Amino acid sequence: MNNTNKNEWPLWEVFIRSKAGLDHKHAGSLHAADAQMAIENARDVYTRRMEGVSIWVVESKNIHASDPGESESLYDPANDKIYRHPTFYNLPDEVKYM
Amino acid sequence: MTVHSFQEHFDSLIDRELTIEPRDWMPDDYRKTLIRQISQHAHSEIVGMLPEGNWITRAPSLRRKAVLLAKIQDEAGHGLYLYSAAETLGVTRDELYDQLHSGKAKYSSIFNYPTLTWADMGAIGWLVDGAAIMNQVPLCRTSYGPYARAMVRVCKEESFHQRQGFEIMLTLSKGTEVQKKMAQDSFNRWWWPSLMMFGPPDAESPHTEQSVRWRIKRLTNDELRQKFIDVTVEQAKVLGLEMPDKDLVWNEARGHYDSGAINWDEFWNVVKGNGPCNKQRLETRKKAWEEGKWVRDAAMANAEKRKAKKEAAKAA
Amino acid sequence: MNNQKLLLDYTLRLADDALIIGHRISEWCGHGPILEQDIALTNTALDHLGRARSLYQYAAEQFNQLPVEEKKSIFTSVAIQNMVQAGASLDEDDLAYLRDGWDFKNLLLLEQPNIDWAFTIARSFFYDVFNYFFFDQLKASNDASLSAVAEKSLKEVTYHLRWSSEWVVRLGDGTDESHKRMQHAVNELWSYTGEMFTINGTDKAMQQEGVGVNLEGIKQMWTEHIKVVFEDATITIPAGTWMQQGGKEGRHSENLGYILAELQFMQRAYPGMEW
Repeated sequence: MNNTNKNEWPLWEVFIRSKAGLDHKHAGSLHAADAQMAIENARDVYTRRMEGVSIWVVESKNIHASDPGESESLYDPANDKIYRHPTFYNLPDEVKYM
Repeated sequence: MTVHSFQEHFDSLIDRELTIEPRDWMPDDYRKTLIRQISQHAHSEIVGMLPEGNWITRAPSLRRKAVLLAKIQDEAGHGLYLYSAAETLGVTRDELYDQLHSGKAKYSSIFNYPTLTWADMGAIGWLVDGAAIMNQVPLCRTSYGPYARAMVRVCKEESFHQRQGFEIMLTLSKGTEVQKKMAQDSFNRWWWPSLMMFGPPDAESPHTEQSVRWRIKRLTNDELRQKFIDVTVEQAKVLGLEMPDKDLVWNEARGHYDSGAINWDEFWNVVKGNGPCNKQRLETRKKAWEEGKWVRDAAMANAEKRKAKKEAAKAA
Repeated sequence: MNNQKLLLDYTLRLADDALIIGHRISEWCGHGPILEQDIALTNTALDHLGRARSLYQYAAEQFNQLPVEEKKSIFTSVAIQNMVQAGASLDEDDLAYLRDGWDFKNLLLLEQPNIDWAFTIARSFFYDVFNYFFFDQLKASNDASLSAVAEKSLKEVTYHLRWSSEWVVRLGDGTDESHKRMQHAVNELWSYTGEMFTINGTDKAMQQEGVGVNLEGIKQMWTEHIKVVFEDATITIPAGTWMQQGGKEGRHSENLGYILAELQFMQRAYPGMEW
């Protein structure tokens, strides 16, 4: 695994403001060749034409995530490969523990 | 922390019904099982677009056409959400496609059956999506966070799929003789493969116990299948359709329907590639992917050119 | 033709354009080069289909108000003649599914096959640019229904245009292969672009009535826009000036027959049923 195809479109994280006044919330991820396309794909995939939304996209490799809790200091660097990107980090409301 | 204590921490999260997130430590088996299950699910969505896609251009009314298009598009979306969830486990979508195209990865066998009449659009929505929803709803609380969240989205969007299928069947069953025949014929063809969607009987399904503990499965194959049979029999009555199982009988003591024997020989053969449409479905997916290569390459090449131009302009 | 029939002809042509391009684009569903674009293209197909439905509904409304003798003189298909004879009113589906090929007035461009991504993009791009300027002007139509359709469509078309323009540039200025394919598709489809601006009797009358759009003015804007995008895409505008004609008069390429055979199959094979 992790033998990346250099021609695979990069992965992007999508954040959407669904209503004026709300924060942008992580909606999911997708592949796109460039930022412009990522925004358009996000509109097509994650908003399905809702008017008045605002979309942010960030290339997944540019997202830095905190280490989960107590294992931080002992986290084996080799284990770093176990994740590829921190997608889907928004928890549904019913999940209280984080 | 030692590997041992990582395992303990993982076990305790599982035991407390909490979610495992991408950066949490997890056993290799868990990761592998998840990648297999999630990607299988994603492949099923993508291959599943094809049998219904057959009827987009032939849909009998503009409204039905629009609904069918939107539904198939949803399936593409669901495939995308699920591939994304799998990608958090350290595999790329291209790798998963390679596994599909090489025949290494499986997808739901139901999509290896042909769609022969318009009624099949009804039967697929009613039975296939009905069975899928039954499988999927429990997964909204599965232990792996990205998978659970993808499933929440999928289930939310999928609610209309079964309804539109049932509505098609209802319209046919209230229609002319030929329409009723169409509905019954379709029901006959899709009923048994739908039952097979829940997988082999529990006795022959070795992964079940561990999968239930990991909450990547919450009910066993047979439990889900029984639930599906019980609700579908009642729905078939509403449609005035005959159950395609002459051995089907209500069992008062169990409080469930007893059904006839499933042809597992057929099931395993379809899994092995001998279904009526296995080759065709896979070839279609491969063709789309291979013929799309120059398009994907062009987009990357153009993105790089634009980036270079921008940087050159900045430097100047 | 009187004004009622002209308006019907005008409305139906726009509906047919939307239905036929939507049909072609929907053929991609499940076969796109990448998942995200499969989804994007289906959105576009749904937009076109939605516009077709609004326009067919409006056309049916107009048709149903005509005197019986006039109704009989419009569509020659046996199915519609029988309905008129029986005093039945038509709906959106009857217009889409029961008219014969010669009663379809869509542009020849839109019935051309998908062939590959470059042809699909070129076809959409030519049409999207046209639509963008066309609906922008149709908003001012003194026909309230057409004006409302234009208002809604313009939002959708603005996005279609952005999408197809970007793909023209990506393919044109992408790899050698994509450039070749894009230029080839543009060359092949070029002779179908002239028909968009052909002013026939219906166009002339509708423009005079303040219902329709001045196609002469749109042609200039269209040409300018194409130039700008093609320059960015390193695509050359074909030199050919011969333009195919006929769609607006119901004289089609062979493609339409196959499209209708599929599209109309159910309604023709099982007449008069609810689905």
